[in-house]
Amino acid sequence: MQEPADRLEVSVWRGDASGGGHVIYQVPRQPSQTILDVVTWIQREQDAQLSYRFSCRVGMCGSCAMMVNGIPRWTCRTHVQKVVQGNRLMIEPLRNLPVIKDLACDMNEFFAKWKAAEGQFSPRKTRHDPIEPVLPESPKRIAANAAIECINCAICYASCDVVSWNPGYLGPAALNRAWTLQNDERDSGQRARLKAVASDAGCHNCHSHANCTTYCPNELNPSASIAGLKRLAANAVFTGNL
Amino acid sequence: MSGFRIYLLQRISAMIMAPLVLLHLGVMIVAIQGGLDSTEILSRTRGSLFWGGTYGLFVLAVSIHAAIGIRVVLFEWLSIKDIKLTLVSWLVFAVLLMMGARAVYAIVA
Amino acid sequence: MIIKPHRGQPLWIAFLLHRISGVGLAIFLPFHFYLLGLALEQSETMDGLLRWSDYPLVKFAEFGLVFLLAVHMFGGLRLLALEFLPWNDRQKTLAAIAVALSFLLAIGFLMRAV
Repeated sequence: MQEPADRLEVSVWRGDASGGGHVIYQVPRQPSQTILDVVTWIQREQDAQLSYRFSCRVGMCGSCAMMVNGIPRWTCRTHVQKVVQGNRLMIEPLRNLPVIKDLACDMNEFFAKWKAAEGQFSPRKTRHDPIEPVLPESPKRIAANAAIECINCAICYASCDVVSWNPGYLGPAALNRAWTLQNDERDSGQRARLKAVASDAGCHNCHSHANCTTYCPNELNPSASIAGLKRLAANAVFTGNL
Repeated sequence: MSGFRIYLLQRISAMIMAPLVLLHLGVMIVAIQGGLDSTEILSRTRGSLFWGGTYGLFVLAVSIHAAIGIRVVLFEWLSIKDIKLTLVSWLVFAVLLMMGARAVYAIVA
Repeated sequence: MIIKPHRGQPLWIAFLLHRISGVGLAIFLPFHFYLLGLALEQSETMDGLLRWSDYPLVKFAEFGLVFLLAVHMFGGLRLLALEFLPWNDRQKTLAAIAVALSFLLAIGFLMRAV
């Protein structure tokens, strides 16, 4: 059996909004090395100018999401030995988002679409009202809970080809959040939200490629959420409510 | 018509077509037994209200369905937008509907 | 054509197959309608063209068309179920079944056509 090479050949995208290209770095291999370790090593030992994002480095915050060998991943949770091709790696900023610099992309449009999909909770009651009883085993709550763990890492957004082909499309994360809120009995904004997700930028654009579901590190299923929104919207059209 | 309503129209035309496609495949299998011949086909279809109505519906549904489908492909892969997109989509619909209607008439009249 | 790494997964391939079959059918249809329209005034031309269907290569092309039609329809039925019925987790399995059924149908057509 061949010993793994003790050097990695890492191709990293460098540049900014006006353009850029790949630069190759030689990085020493280490046991249990993650892609984030590799990027950190490059920035500390080779090029202090390398820009990238991370925060918790333990797979809870989603800040470190990047394209690794063409697939969007949390770099802190991606072991080199799982994805390395020979001794080669390619690290690029997330797809479908404008680049600020190097591996850091501009998340503004991601959050703008979250808002455009009415992805925020609107309470019906105040602190003076009795607490709304929400049964955890009710079908709506089960549906909402299944989709609620999104940490806005934008991996689904980066993997979605409809987002690439249709720049206005709200995208899997925003629509997934909208689905959780449509299933939230406490929320009062459901009429407006239904309009938003059935708009020209809305759920009907989804072609069920299911890249979002395939790559979500939290194992969420935006494809299912979007299918649910399609059903809600279709129902509303047929009952004259949309 | 809103994007969502266009999507629904395409799905509804698909639901209409599913049984018609199966019927059509069955008809084709029967029709091609012993070789295709225009007199043989026409003898069965001439003057038939049933075939005219069924295939007429098929043509209408496929014209709507294909036009909307092509519309999406043109938008997503060729970035054709706005009025150009609307015009081309209607053109596809019109061509399929007219040629299809003529074909139905041809075998039923 | 090399497929980008994030696209290789089964349901994306199912989408590609659905789109290619749809576009293929949309291109085929006008020719199909034209041929049938010939029955109106040019039935000799029609018979001449229909004779082409005796050739094995044409029969194979017909098999291809039936396969495209079947794959588009069965794939489409999977999508209709996905969009109008409660969510089913077995999308990959359903996609595989759709392709298998299409192939069987197309082979069945070919067997009857020869």
